[in-house]
Amino acid sequence: MAQYLLSVHGSDTDEMPDDVQEMYAAVDSFNKEVQASGSWVFAGGLNPASTATVVDGTGNGDPVITDGPYLESKEHLGGFWIVDVPDLDAALELARRGSAACRAPVEVRPFQPEPDA
Amino acid sequence: MSVSGPADLGHADLDRVFREEHGRVVATLTRRLGDIDVAEEAAQEAYLIAVQRWPESGPPPNPGAWLTTTAYNRAIDRIRRESTRDSRQAQAAMINDTSDDAGDPISSVVDDRLRLMFTCCHPALATSAQVALTLRLLGGLSVAEIAGAFLVDEAAMAKRLTRSKQKIKAARIPYRVPSDAELPGRLRGVLATLFLVFNEGYLPSAPTGAAAENRGAPTEPGDSAQAGAEQDAIRTDLCAEAIRLTRILATLMPDEPEVLGLLALMLLTDARRPSRVSGGSLVALADQDRSRWDQDLIAEGHDIVRGCLRRGRPGRYQILAAINAVHTDAASVQQTDWRQVVTLYDQLLAVDPSPIVALNRAIAIAEVDGPNAALEILDALPLEGYHAYQATRADLLRRAGRTEAAVSAYQRALDLAGNAAERAFLRGRLDDLGAGPVPSG
Repeated sequence: MAQYLLSVHGSDTDEMPDDVQEMYAAVDSFNKEVQASGSWVFAGGLNPASTATVVDGTGNGDPVITDGPYLESKEHLGGFWIVDVPDLDAALELARRGSAACRAPVEVRPFQPEPDA
Repeated sequence: MSVSGPADLGHADLDRVFREEHGRVVATLTRRLGDIDVAEEAAQEAYLIAVQRWPESGPPPNPGAWLTTTAYNRAIDRIRRESTRDSRQAQAAMINDTSDDAGDPISSVVDDRLRLMFTCCHPALATSAQVALTLRLLGGLSVAEIAGAFLVDEAAMAKRLTRSKQKIKAARIPYRVPSDAELPGRLRGVLATLFLVFNEGYLPSAPTGAAAENRGAPTEPGDSAQAGAEQDAIRTDLCAEAIRLTRILATLMPDEPEVLGLLALMLLTDARRPSRVSGGSLVALADQDRSRWDQDLIAEGHDIVRGCLRRGRPGRYQILAAINAVHTDAASVQQTDWRQVVTLYDQLLAVDPSPIVALNRAIAIAEVDGPNAALEILDALPLEGYHAYQATRADLLRRAGRTEAAVSAYQRALDLAGNAAERAFLRGRLDDLGAGPVPSG
């Protein structure tokens, strides 16, 4: 089994669609299916990128703290799932269903395997 | 010389055997060892041993099996050596990745090359990566050969291959034939990749011998011809390789009519190669010397098309093959059954409603209803920036007697075309219309 990050990308400044409740319901039922299948590791939706803060502690002195997201962009990470599945095809299938439910493109990215204990 | 073996098996023969067996060796080892890189390296090691031994001892009765066994033993030796030296992690990764046959009900009868094809042509890989991986792993072409065929720097091609293999490993692109539900879509991807390889060999998109096209100064004909011939040789290899791989796929998936359709399409297209270019210029279908068409390829292609018709499960490649069967069945353009061609393009539009198909259909319409009817269709197509659109439009305008408009369309096509032979053809047309090409830019 391998873990994948399924991240949802899109604009977080657009107005909510009229049927936003339907979308929430679709995501909710998708979440329940993932949980029931045993692939669920973790998931969450994020507040808008305007609420983000960047901390840069790479220098010697005080960390540099900046208001806003790390990348200035029209589209941002809006939420994600972490799933545990056998291979990429299984992850892509979950991404397809998740993307349809939340109505946004989903990026699939494999985690590095955990080093042996 | 007491044995005939050494004399029979030159270096070129060995290279050919190795190339033909490369896909099978790598595919089998990838399944057994779970790692493409290890499989590739082991195949290379087996080849080096063969280069040493075969000229003396003669080739084994089954070179493919010998190469596979030798490569496998070498790989196991290496894994043992490295696992005692490196961390247990490397060993564990190797064993964990061994393909899970339990999840693959037909695995015992599936040729590993089929798995490898679906992995190389996985939609999570960029098209250029799919092509490169397919040619490298299944075709056994060297990195230098692939780079040369696609006019890419060798280091860049090596990097592209390495990155793709890393993605296959890290993202766990599965090594299996897709399930029935996924198969149609995934097979389309494999066929598209093979067709792309063929087309790149048949009509290279990049300007070949571009250096010789030094506008303003007279070119050195010798140089440009030589560069062109060299380039063409590589490109012809791509066509042959695409046909070889499609033949393998057709053997492995005998019940998929679209695989057969693609094979027939390639054969019937390739059959016309000898008459397609003359003196560095493309020759229009109407002007091709049909006596030079390869009758063996045509016979085989027609046979496959008839078999597809009997199956009655048409698809894009089968219809394209049928269109080419109509062309290769006719003694001349005049004797071509153009109504049949139009009917086939109608079917093709139904499964693939793209402007390019509509453009090709218009060419057939011109033969049935005249150039003006075709021009009307063209006017509605959003293809102004496509060289073939402008070339088609120019030809129709020429035939409709609208010389001035034809000249400007040929000029437009010339500005857009990248292929040297095609450009030569367009320049010839402009000359025929009494208008020399005007330098653009």
